Order: sequence, then C-alpha cells, then structure tokens
Amino acid sequence: MIEPTRAERDRGGAGLVMLLPALVLFLGFALVPMLGVFVLGFTRWDGLATPAWTGLDNWREAVSDPVTQDAGWLTVKLMITSWVIQTPLCMFLGVFVAGHQRYRAVLAVIYFVPLLLSTVAIGLTFRALMDPNFGLSTSPALAMLAKDWLGDGDLAFYAVAVVISWEFIPFHTVLYQAGVRQIPRVLYEAATIDGAGRLAQFWYITLPQLRYTIVTSSMLILIGSLTYFDLVYVMTGGGPGFATRLLPLDMFISAFGRREMGRASAIASSLVVGGLVLSLAMVKFSGFARMRSQQEGV
Amino acid sequence: MQTSLGWNLRLTIGLGLWLASAGSTASAEPAASGPGTLAWALTAGDEKAYQDAVAQYNQRHPESKITLQLFPNEPYKQKLLVAMGAGTPPDLFFNWGGGILKAYIDAGNVIDLTADIGKDPAWKRRFFPSVLASATFGDKLYGVPINGVQPVVFFVNKKLFQDVGAQPPKTWNELLAAIPKFKAKGKPLLSVAGADRWTYLMYAEYFVDRLAGPQVFADIVAGKPDGWSHPAMIQAAEMIQTLVKQEAFEKGYPGVSYGNGQATALLYSGRAGMQLMGSWDFPNILNGQASFIASDQLGWVPFPTIEGGKGSPGDVVGNPSNFYSVSAKSTHKAVAIEFLKTNVLSDSNIDVLLKNGSVPPVAGLEAKIAKSPQAAWLSFVYNVTKNAPNFQLSWDQALPPAQADALLTNLEQLFLVKITPKQFSENMNKAMKR
Repeated sequence: MIEPTRAERDRGGAGLVMLLPALVLFLGFALVPMLGVFVLGFTRWDGLATPAWTGLDNWREAVSDPVTQDAGWLTVKLMITSWVIQTPLCMFLGVFVAGHQRYRAVLAVIYFVPLLLSTVAIGLTFRALMDPNFGLSTSPALAMLAKDWLGDGDLAFYAVAVVISWEFIPFHTVLYQAGVRQIPRVLYEAATIDGAGRLAQFWYITLPQLRYTIVTSSMLILIGSLTYFDLVYVMTGGGPGFATRLLPLDMFISAFGRREMGRASAIASSLVVGGLVLSLAMVKFSGFARMRSQQEGV
Repeated sequence: MQTSLGWNLRLTIGLGLWLASAGSTASAEPAASGPGTLAWALTAGDEKAYQDAVAQYNQRHPESKITLQLFPNEPYKQKLLVAMGAGTPPDLFFNWGGGILKAYIDAGNVIDLTADIGKDPAWKRRFFPSVLASATFGDKLYGVPINGVQPVVFFVNKKLFQDVGAQPPKTWNELLAAIPKFKAKGKPLLSVAGADRWTYLMYAEYFVDRLAGPQVFADIVAGKPDGWSHPAMIQAAEMIQTLVKQEAFEKGYPGVSYGNGQATALLYSGRAGMQLMGSWDFPNILNGQASFIASDQLGWVPFPTIEGGKGSPGDVVGNPSNFYSVSAKSTHKAVAIEFLKTNVLSDSNIDVLLKNGSVPPVAGLEAKIAKSPQAAWLSFVYNVTKNAPNFQLSWDQALPPAQADALLTNLEQLFLVKITPKQFSENMNKAMKR
C-alpha cells in the first residue's frame, strides 16, 4: 500500500473545503427538502395543521385518479412532442449558425433573444397574441390564424408545446453550435478530397461527431419536459378542462388549490424518481458515461 | 425545460439575495423600532383605499409605520398559505372571511379581535351585521371589513343592447330571447372569463338561488347527503348547458381571463352585451375606460328571475366584503389593532372608496352616496345589498378548499359540456364525502 504524500493529502483537504459550499447548498436546498417531500407523501396535510400519517393512501389515490393519470400521459406526450419539435430544428439551426459568415453571426444573436426573456413575459405575450377576441388573428390579414388556440382543448396542448419550444430552441441551438465548431476541420477537408457532398458530410461526419451533444440536449429536453411548469401555468393554468394539466401542474393544484400537500408530495416524489430513472437509463444506454473520445486518430 | 443554465442562475441569484438580505438586516438593526408592521392586500379593485388607510396611519404614527404590499388574486392565496405554514405571515392579512379564514383560525393562525374591537358597541353598530357574519365564528370576531360590499350583478353595455334592439333581460326567457338578436349582429350576449373558473360559479349560484332559494346550498354546507342531487341543482346545470349550446358566450370563452382585463374589455369595447360580475368590476371599468361610464353606456341589472322559481328575486350572491385579520404570529398586534380601529373605513377612507365606485358595508351612508359622482351606481349596490333577504357568500369561499376546487373543476367540465348535469351532481356528492 502506498502512503499518500503530504502534498496529496493537503490537496484532498483543500478539495473538500472547496466542495463544502456546494455540498451544503445541495444538501440544504435539494436533498433534505426532497426527503421531506417523500415523507410528506405518506401523510394528509393541509399546510397548516399537523400532518396525519395515512400510509399509502395518497399513492393509491394518485394512481387511481383519472385526472392524475391523464396528467401523466400528457406529460409523456409533452416530452415526446418537445423532443420531436426541438431536436431537428436545433440541430439544423446549430449547424447553420456554426458557420463563420457574418450574417450568420447576426442571425445567431437574433435567434438567441427568446432565451433572454422571462418565462412569465413569454407566457403573457403569447397568451395575448393567441387571444381569439383581441389577439393577432383579429387582423384581417391573419384571418387564417383565427383559431381558438388556448380555449380549444385539442389545440391548447400543441399551442403550449410550440411556445415552450420557441423558448428553448435557442439554448439547444447554442449547444449544437458549440458541438459543430468542435469538429476538426481536417475531417471535412479529407471528405472533400474523397468527393463527399455536403449531405454526405453531414451524415457521415457531423451527425456522428455530434453524438454526445445530441445525448446531452435530448436529456435536457426530456427531463425538462417532465418537470415543466411555469409557462403552462401562465398560459392556460392547466385548462381548458384538463387539456394542459401536466403532472407538475397537477401537483401544484393539489398542493395550493386543494391544499392536499400529502397527495401533491406523492406526485412530486414520483416525478423525482421518474426523472432519476430516465436520466440514468439514458446515460447507460447512450454510452455517455464512458465519454470515449470521438477523435481517435485525428 | 429546467436547463442547468437556469438552475445555476437561480442559485446565483438566491445566494446573492441571501447575502444582500444578511447585509441589510445587519445594517437595519440599529434603528430602534426594528422592521415595521406588514400588511398584505390585493391589487386592482379597491387598492386606492388600502393605500389611503395606510398612508393616513403612517402620517400620524411616523414612529411605527405600516408597510402595505399588494398582490394579484390567485398568487396571493398561495403566498398566504405558504407564509402561514412557514410561520412568517404578515401582521395584517387580507381575506374573504368564510371557509378559508376558518381554516386559518382552526390552525391557530389568527387572533380573536372580539375583546379589542368587536366588543365596542359603537364600532359594531356601524357595520351591516350580515357582513360581519362572514368573519365571525362562534360569536368571536376575527376580521374587520376593509372595502366595498361585492354583490354580483349583470354589467350591461346599454348602447349595444340598443343597437341590436333588445332590453336588458329581467327574466330567464327574456335572456334566452336576447341571444339570437345578438347573434344576428355577430356578437355574443354574454362575456365570461372561463379561464378563471370562479366566473362560472356565479351563474350556478344565481340559478340555484332563483330556482329554489338559499336552503339548497345551506343543506350542502351542513353536510346533507346527496345535497348536490337536488332538482334545482340539476336544473341549474341544464340551464348552464343551454346557454353554452345556444352560443350565448363569446368565442373562445374557456381561454378568456378576467385577471388581465379581457373579459371586461369585451363589454366596454362593445363586443359583448353583458358580463355577470362582482361589483368590483365597476372600479376596474372606471380605471380601464372611464369614458364608457361618463358617456352613460354602462348599465347594470340584478340577475334575472326564473319563471316558476321559488327563490326571492331580491337575493344576491357575491362576497359580503373583504377583511383584514391579524396573524397570531404578529409582533405588532397593538399597531395592527390601532390601525384597524381608527383608519380602516374611517370617514375619509370611506370617501376614497365611494369615489372609486365601491360601497362599504357601513350603515347610514345614504347622504354621502347621494353627493357622490357615481350616485346612481352606488345607491344601486347599497340598496341591493341592504334589501337582500339573503346574501350568499360565494360557494368556493364557503366550502373547504378541496371541495371548492372540486366544485370549480366539475363546473368547468359542465361549461365545456364534457359532463352531463347528472354527472356533475354525482361527482360533487362524491367530492363532499372525502
């Protein structure tokens, strides 16, 4: 057994000290409350009186409640819809703005704007734009937009999904832009000499090289959709009816509308577990954890 | 999509705020009085009156100032619950009386004002007893009225009614007859802010009361089994769906919101004939488009009677008033009580309210009202409230929170015609049992 040298020991100590603030914050603001929520899931509590232990009641009710079931399906639907809308678009835009031409740099700045806006402002703005009585579609030139975007149960979900995508596409575009810029030029030069066209270059070089960017971005989209709340709350509040009541919103309404903190905590716990399982699964099956360099031999 | 970027940002901001607050408490400590008395109330409606009362108090008591913070309706309810649960409530908090105040009282969060205020006969005589009743539980007073009485009435666009050749309806059949006249001009008779859900409730409350009187709902509150299956309840639900099927409401009504002023704007911009709303809508119209009132286009009528209905045509529903209550955790109880006694609904404070188009539940205001620029409206509200055989507190305020939420949810389904009147009754009977 090799004794660590003094210098190594000291480095460990300093590392721990450096870690401490982050660790304290993570424990205090993430882990401890999470545990508290998990325990609350087994109680009936209105937020004021003393919680009463009810065992598995909340879990049983949450699973058997058709509204919560629907909310679960809607959440899955949002995850898929967001991924399908955002991933191809972000990849396309990312590749586009990765070019060094000046007009692309200007466009990149414009594309980035939605990310700078507060979610509440975005929600209120789109809500006003989509209003059937005062919104954009009341202009005769835009009469084809005259749909009841947020008042029609079938449309509202997609209207919200599109606005969510509008808000987050810039962020993922930046990820792809960075990913594309890291691809060594020599690969493209070699491919050009071999006579590969632009499409072939994208297919055989850019796409495989972006593998980990795709995994990262997809993970953020999927897990983000699982816990998405604020924009939906501002735009529709879960309505009309239950058309946009996602699981996090169902949790919020249970907690602060119905004052059933226990039931809400049970839903919250299942969201935590769902997110954890999803991210672990993605890391495992995508080979992300091994992080093998993709530039061997370059 | 909670990105890691957002998370980091939030952490940084949180840390910054924490450091800033640590810094500010340290520097604030030398001031002898410590942090001042905090009062929470709602924006819009009568906010001018809340600000006036606090300003009056602060002018006279520079050494113990009150700070007023205003919030929008829905977020406020959540903020108050969290603050109460966390043991950091404001000293004075705005509330609606009724079931939600009762929940806070039961949890020991509210102090009993009987000895300090309620016992004073001169104070008590000033107010309408029906209003104080909403904040009185077991003969103990827990709240002090702070603003106008809030009966729900139909606000009418008189000009639009003239244009389509109809009269504001006095009966259910007249109301039904007016729908096609409006439709012929491409306009809806009624504007309703469906996204808010409590707006739906007003129709249900009035239909049931006009059909069978207040006893139906009183039985439900008293826990009578299958109270929601009363024939009047079913008929009211059918009438609601009749309105929906006849397209009485504006297009897209399930997504229209009250909070951002859309539903009211439909009325004063001449796009809908009437809106059923609490009297607080008058200040909103006054502040939104005063010319609509000045040019005498705004009218108001009580809810129509229903042919063959057994309820009294004089009954009103709504919120008797809002109240300030004092938290049990308050460290400034003396300041809070002094403020409630001397500045809230004081003579000058009443003038501010009247000017804003609100009528406080205070006896003997006839002379003041007659002198006000809004005399016609104010005396209508005053008399409707004073002469009402029954003033029904909004159902969602009268029921405990979980049941109130079930009611709003099922009512929304009813308005969207996703469930039948019978299913509505069954769902509600089930919700009451939990």
